[in-house]
Amino acid sequence: MAAVDLAQKLKARFGALLSGPAEFRGETTLQVAEAEQIARVCAYAKKELGFDYLVDLTSVDNYGQEPRWTVVYELCGLAHGCHLRLKTEVSEESSELPTVTGVWRTAEWHERESYDMMGIRFRGHPDLRRILMWEGYPFFPLRKDFPLAGKSSEMPDIAFTDPAPLEGGPFVTIAGGSDAVAREPRARAPETDALETNARLERRKDIREAHGRSYRPGPIEPRQ
Amino acid sequence: MATIAELEVGEPAARAAQAAVVASSDLPDLPAEKMVLNMGPSHPSTHGVLRILLELDGEIITKAAPDIGYLHRGDEKIAENMTYTQFIPYTDRLDYLAPLANNVAYALAVEKLMGLDQQLPPRCQFIRVICCELARISAHLLGLGAFAMDVGALTVFMHTFTEREKIYNLCEALTGARFTTSYTRIGGLSRDLPPGWAGQCRKFCREVVVNFDESEKLLTRNRIFVDRTRDVGVISKELAIDYGLSGPNLRGSGVEHDLRKAAPYLVYDQLQFDVPVGSVGDCYDRYLVRMEEMRQSVRLLHQCLDRLPGGADNPSREPVNVPDAKTVLPPKDKVLTSMEELIHQFMLVTQGVNAPSGEVYFGAENPKGELGFYINSKGGGTPHRLKIRAPSFVNLSILPVLLPGHLISDVVSILGSIDFVMGECDR
Repeated sequence: MAAVDLAQKLKARFGALLSGPAEFRGETTLQVAEAEQIARVCAYAKKELGFDYLVDLTSVDNYGQEPRWTVVYELCGLAHGCHLRLKTEVSEESSELPTVTGVWRTAEWHERESYDMMGIRFRGHPDLRRILMWEGYPFFPLRKDFPLAGKSSEMPDIAFTDPAPLEGGPFVTIAGGSDAVAREPRARAPETDALETNARLERRKDIREAHGRSYRPGPIEPRQ
Repeated sequence: MATIAELEVGEPAARAAQAAVVASSDLPDLPAEKMVLNMGPSHPSTHGVLRILLELDGEIITKAAPDIGYLHRGDEKIAENMTYTQFIPYTDRLDYLAPLANNVAYALAVEKLMGLDQQLPPRCQFIRVICCELARISAHLLGLGAFAMDVGALTVFMHTFTEREKIYNLCEALTGARFTTSYTRIGGLSRDLPPGWAGQCRKFCREVVVNFDESEKLLTRNRIFVDRTRDVGVISKELAIDYGLSGPNLRGSGVEHDLRKAAPYLVYDQLQFDVPVGSVGDCYDRYLVRMEEMRQSVRLLHQCLDRLPGGADNPSREPVNVPDAKTVLPPKDKVLTSMEELIHQFMLVTQGVNAPSGEVYFGAENPKGELGFYINSKGGGTPHRLKIRAPSFVNLSILPVLLPGHLISDVVSILGSIDFVMGECDR
């Protein structure tokens, strides 16, 4: 049975809660409309459809858009070998969704990592602590509004907290850029806001279109 | 102040008899204070910077809490800030014992996003398989040597390093670097095989099997090694799947799951090889699986070298890159003489490849397990999000349930048999 058929079965069970399946490069993706239901959908997929192996769990920061977080589950069934992706969106205000550790225990560390890197909380997780950063670190480094160079924090005795020498460097893309030109590091002053750059690009859209995709708008502003 | 009591130590036979009486009686164990032992981050058997907090009752572990992140470099953040091609050198530093395999896995993930993975020229695919299998032998040789060293067999480590040295020489001839290979490019390879390389590789394949035999003679029936690994760290099939283990650790528990068979990439579906699986799921099984995997890798290497399109030195000039000027850098002489190639070179270097928007996940069967890349693209030359599914990270997550009940000395056996790399775990 192909992944699409299994996705259709899942859809038949949950109806309007799921949208899709979307196909891209031979992969099947289902969107779960309510993040609150994700554990229920996952439990059904595991129990009835044989997705016994959670390959990966990750989160994406859609900075500048609402809802801000996308949580992505890569499912695999060892018996039938099909791969299915489930996605669900979580708003920035709540930043919380139910855990799937009750379904697959491998989610324990994956969810801790998502919490550590982006600050998404998984309700019901047995041990939701930071995993890669140290206990007490105040920021969520994989958020798009966290600069590549890092931020100094108020814990001088605990760990190295100075910003890295790369701060303000030339090869730093910005958060929330709509396309590669907006994110492109050399087309803007470092560490300016992407939304600002987007607005600037919008004003110059006609010029940009006349010159094609590669046109670099505006002079590079001096660094602070 | 506590008083010092004299300990009565009887004859061994009397002690055993006394212990049997105590064990058979209904007397409760005396409450003892548990001790917390901090193992790592710089302990020789933690192979890098893993730290485990062990709660001990005497010598028996009652609780284990791994603490990782000492080698966290923010690779995923870095990836969002550079072009796809610029990230290739960072993949060398994930599982730094098998950089070639990481390069291939990453390139395939980006090519999947771009829809190029079906267009790769056959010669490129065969060379990539050769790279993956060389990397597997290299990583397993080290894993095996370090495992044996942890449980007290120092010779094996030195012995396997002799062969790894030869692999590094091959890497150097192939890529110009011994460790940090960065060999693949999006849509191909940085260069074709150098003249005579295939012959050297064949010579290595013939020599390395002798080393396998010798290592096996040192370990497989070695009483000390068997005693320290058999029935130690048993992972059941269900637990292995539940914790998402992959690679030899999953197969050691008897689950026949190998991505080279389950979701074949490159030319693995055209090649003959067997997937060894364990039966018990203990440290000894994981050792046997790795040992057999290396032999299968040699088998794959021979097949690839035999069937390499264009032959060893490629007199017919079979391509190793996709014929797409907007993805692969043009030849240097063309760049210096032709306008179009100059433009392509400029665009590729400054903006990177032009990937479509969308998302893909690609997992490759690396020496440590399934190395996966999830790429979320909004179009253009940089990923919007790149998540690395590191096999060592997932494999280590089983420690809190695997270690309790074992002795401290078993921890080194178990860690050695799980064979992790912190560079990949912490990213």
